[in-house]
Amino acid sequence: MAEPILSVRGLETFFRPDEGIVRAVDGASFDLHPGQTLGIVGESGCGKSVTARSILRIVDRPGRVESGEILLRRADGQVVDIAKLDAKSALLRDIRGGEVGYVFQEPMSSLSAYHTIGNQLMEAIRLHRDVSKADARARAIELLRMVGIPRPEQRVDSYSFELSGGLRQRVMIALALAAEPRVLIADEPTTALDVTTQAQILDLIRRIQRERNLAVILITHDMGVIAEMADTVAVMYLGKVVETGPVDTIFHAPRHPYTQALLRSIPSVLATPLSRLATIAGSIPHPYARPPGCPFHPRCESFIAGTCDAGAPPVTGLAADHEVRCFLYDDAGTRRA
Amino acid sequence: MSAQPPVLAVENLKKHFPIRRGVLRRIVGHVKAVDDVSFAIARGETLSLVGESGCGKTTTSRCILRAVTPTSGAIRFRSGEGRDVDVAALPRSELRPVRRQMQMIFQDPYSSLNPRMTIADIIGEPLLVNGIGNLAERRQRVAELLDVVQLPRAYLNRFPHAFSGGQRQRIGIARALALNPQLIVADEPVSALDVSVQAQIINLLLELQERLGLSYLFVAHDLSVVKHVSHRVAVMYVGRIVEVAPTATFFRNPRHPYTEALLSAVPVPDPRRRAQRIVLEGEVADPSNPPPGCAFHPRCRYADERCERVTPTLQPAAGGSLVACHRAAELNLVGVAAA
Repeated sequence: MAEPILSVRGLETFFRPDEGIVRAVDGASFDLHPGQTLGIVGESGCGKSVTARSILRIVDRPGRVESGEILLRRADGQVVDIAKLDAKSALLRDIRGGEVGYVFQEPMSSLSAYHTIGNQLMEAIRLHRDVSKADARARAIELLRMVGIPRPEQRVDSYSFELSGGLRQRVMIALALAAEPRVLIADEPTTALDVTTQAQILDLIRRIQRERNLAVILITHDMGVIAEMADTVAVMYLGKVVETGPVDTIFHAPRHPYTQALLRSIPSVLATPLSRLATIAGSIPHPYARPPGCPFHPRCESFIAGTCDAGAPPVTGLAADHEVRCFLYDDAGTRRA
Repeated sequence: MSAQPPVLAVENLKKHFPIRRGVLRRIVGHVKAVDDVSFAIARGETLSLVGESGCGKTTTSRCILRAVTPTSGAIRFRSGEGRDVDVAALPRSELRPVRRQMQMIFQDPYSSLNPRMTIADIIGEPLLVNGIGNLAERRQRVAELLDVVQLPRAYLNRFPHAFSGGQRQRIGIARALALNPQLIVADEPVSALDVSVQAQIINLLLELQERLGLSYLFVAHDLSVVKHVSHRVAVMYVGRIVEVAPTATFFRNPRHPYTEALLSAVPVPDPRRRAQRIVLEGEVADPSNPPPGCAFHPRCRYADERCERVTPTLQPAAGGSLVACHRAAELNLVGVAAA
């Protein structure tokens, strides 16, 4: 495959509040290719959003990227390590929005209520492109049309609170694409929406991705959305990427006990009515009380006493594009008895 | 259903909220949040109410509990002693004994528990308010309730902040069960929970129903969850029920175009089944100014000129469904089925 546009290696983002240390992202690695969608999936507290925010270096304090590389291949072919950039540098501001667009989960709180959506779009355009106000406005209307907002010439002057949730999320996407980035990060873009609106937004993301050969990182807790959208998948649990692989492998031949258990426990429209669901025992530990060794071991069915609770499991390659972080597999990738 | 009278029978329920404008607060229109809704729930049955936000499903459930007073219609509730009461017509002073028998489980386990009360006080409060038992008996009952929802008795004196979302939802369920209700109204009880915890709570709700013969009115938007918990499913669109059907039939043979679109929008957790979805254009109609005829017609791919004029009523269809669509008999709609 061609060179990845974004390559994250050993990313560690920690929060150091007064009470201790939270390893929100504890060694995440993955590659992203143009025209492809990487799905990052996991439950609350697994670090999927912090991973995404780390890529743009917009992690809220007291969190910060501690180590690792975030290598972005820019349009001119140069590779920059975002993790090493100065937080206030002009280059980083160029990358935010210009190279990497970000769609936030809550369109209501991420859009300004004091500015018209047109003004917000024009600001984003003029931040990255040297164009006149009139040209920026024309471009803003064009963007609104592209994301499927009806009557864009009039809507450009409305405020975010005048729009429905689905339309607001479309505006968010238009905003993220205003400066024509080549990477789009969408953090739970459809979680606050109804299923029918979710289907519209997912369709929109797919269409724009095709048209622009966008590389997309899709963050979600919804395995159904992942199955629908992703080419490759990274499954996270308590800050660790526990398994990565092509979407078909993750759903049909998952190897990590967490991925397996998660897939068994999701309700499906294909299930028999009134049937019980398989469950994962216990609940997600509190971030200050992270279990030693493999973070999943207290809930794991294949727990090996003395091993899983002693040290962190290594990453094992099972195939060229399929990796798992679990003691159950030896160096050759075969499962231990 | 059996010959037994239903626990709950809702008949022609309407709830119209007035829209007031100007200094004189004159009524300039009505939001028809619930517009002529009828359904029944048998003992031990779960009816799920589904639909997009603003369709009136939550208002319907709040009317049943008389958290809001309906504009018109009847809500016949059969109490444990076999007495029938019309909750909609009951004076406020007589509501308490009825409310003991219908309880609610809330969506957000974080805001629905008082952070300053211990678990024992939260679960015991319904007993205290209704003057049931003395202190020792109440303590005993609370401990039993913790067993029922599978929480250790040692947690009795802790405060809600010490618990995870799933544990809090168990506490909310224990509180709802304290007075041995007939009917539980559960408004999105698992949508705020993580997937791995959601499964535990769904199983608990199913188990409790079998053990205690509870009836559930389950308000939800997640059709995957609905498939697991329901005996029957009712779909609402702009204040009206457009289809009611037994769960298996509902998913396999939808009869209303809106149901078909809803089902096709649900992402299936299998990348080999990336189906061509029916993407509904436009937005849910405004309930203060619904389109004439069938409210769904502007978004319906099967609509003809009759749909623009005449509002369809619920009519029986094959497989035990009731559907409000003029073209239900001629359409062959696609549901979801295992590969």
